Amino acid sequence: MHLRLFAVPIVLSFAVAACGGGSQPAETPAATSEAPAAATTVDPATAATVAGKIGLEGTPPANAPIQMKADPACMAANKGQTPTQETFISEGGGLGNVFVYVQSGLSGTFPTPTTPAVFDQRGCHYVPHVFGVQVGQPIEIVNSDPTLHNIHATPKTNTEFNTAQPIQGMKTSHTFTAKEADVIVPFKCDVHGWMNAYVGVLDHPYFAVSKPDGSFSIPNLPPGSYTLAAWHERLGTQTMQVTVAAKESKADANFTFKAAGGAN
Amino acid sequence: MWLHRYAKFVSAATVLLIVAGGLVTSTGSGLAVPDWPTSYGWNMFTFPMKHMVGGIFYEHGHRLIASGVGFLTIALAFWIWRAEPRRWMRRLGFTALAAVCVQGLLGGITVLWFLPTPVSTAHAGLAQIFFCLTVAISLFTSRGWDEPAAEPVDDRLLRLVATTTTALIYVQILVGATMRHSDAGLAIPDFPFVFGGLLPPEWTSQIAVHYAHRVGALLVVFAIAATAGHVWFRHPHRPELRRPATILMCLVLTQATLGAYVIWSEKNVLINTAHVVVGALTLATSLVLTLRSYRVRFGGGATVPVRVRQPVAPSLGRSGAHA
Repeated sequence: MHLRLFAVPIVLSFAVAACGGGSQPAETPAATSEAPAAATTVDPATAATVAGKIGLEGTPPANAPIQMKADPACMAANKGQTPTQETFISEGGGLGNVFVYVQSGLSGTFPTPTTPAVFDQRGCHYVPHVFGVQVGQPIEIVNSDPTLHNIHATPKTNTEFNTAQPIQGMKTSHTFTAKEADVIVPFKCDVHGWMNAYVGVLDHPYFAVSKPDGSFSIPNLPPGSYTLAAWHERLGTQTMQVTVAAKESKADANFTFKAAGGAN
Repeated sequence: MWLHRYAKFVSAATVLLIVAGGLVTSTGSGLAVPDWPTSYGWNMFTFPMKHMVGGIFYEHGHRLIASGVGFLTIALAFWIWRAEPRRWMRRLGFTALAAVCVQGLLGGITVLWFLPTPVSTAHAGLAQIFFCLTVAISLFTSRGWDEPAAEPVDDRLLRLVATTTTALIYVQILVGATMRHSDAGLAIPDFPFVFGGLLPPEWTSQIAVHYAHRVGALLVVFAIAATAGHVWFRHPHRPELRRPATILMCLVLTQATLGAYVIWSEKNVLINTAHVVVGALTLATSLVLTLRSYRVRFGGGATVPVRVRQPVAPSLGRSGAHA
């Protein structure tokens, strides 16, 4: 009698462990994008542009080298190279991979793009390292590597997810359903600890990621006064006030980060 | 005797499992396999070895070893059930089996829920209990337990101090697990000082749990020193007590040193994992000493009051043990 009482949960536990899956990995179903809400239209005749440059004062620390010995496929993909982290991408005194966005000043809702933002895993790196999406816009996550990756997002407002992509060429879609309180959602791969990326999740399309020379441009902005924010994964966030008139192209929205000591 | 040997083998396998679990946390690989009980969609036992890369090596390896220990425990429980005349031993075997099953479920749940601190801490805490169960089974099936060379010591103070020490070590392990799974291992970055002083300048939950672990370490060292000192001075001719007391003292000093090096090395993976494993060994050794201090309560012959030297006693057969 006692034996039978114990046997049932034991057998069930191990049956679950042993028979939980088939012999082939299952494809993760793609998430569906939200239908766009009634959107504010921006008159192209009055739309303005804010552009500028992210400057970097001082010499940034060298990006940490990446040891890929844990995965032969990653080693092969980076053969002959010395892969490093992408914390500081800098050319000509500029700073790349800075997420610049309108923090406040906008009103209304904006159409949600149906074109997905493509987020690739290539050479055991996340490509791009920093990018932005709108709430409801699908992110197409692609595994271009001949190895397994997991994509683990740790948002604070949206739901955390950890998606497996064991097969080369596999695609998975994910959509954030709410504006992220801290704007930035970190992504990481727990298989390859060096792989990380940052995604800005906003409820409007007014954002950009700076190029390696620090330049950025946010077009099609309605005339008005805004708080512009610039975020860097190591150096923090800076803000500035900008005012743009109709059809104005403002090109001096410049930020300067100090390489040592964080944002100024 | 074969049952005793097999129980020791299961205990040793559990140590290996604790090493594997420690490596999972130390390398940050807990979510390297996002699904459970499958692994990237494969049945966990058919997951291709060629894919055991990066964090998957640690996480999936931990799952495989855990399954192995699970199967070993099934065999252990049924062996005890078939071979043991002591009813409480049969229950102990199935308790260990239930513990390893729950442990497996906790491990799965913590992966599916993205490693919440309470679940991961419970997983770590139950791992220690399961290890203690296998060690206790090993002890209870040993000839030394069944047929002691001398009358068991009846020392109330030893029972008190040893029990307190074992309980303190377990609480300390739980605090350590909480610290570990709330990413507070370097919340206080210096050692032996605390931000250059004796108290933190500010308190956060992470600093508090880290500080509690350091204070707990001091308490554990004192408790173990008290237990070992008691054994050395009051029972110097009882090797079944003196030996675990000496080992316990060595282990806790090793453990304190490893704890310091965890900070100084900024959580080096091997040192961090060794700290987890030596913690488990410290607990198990203290448990053995404690259980031996209670041997007299299990019956089977005349008791020997403390401070009385006694001749070798007649063997205590299994029939003498309480059911």
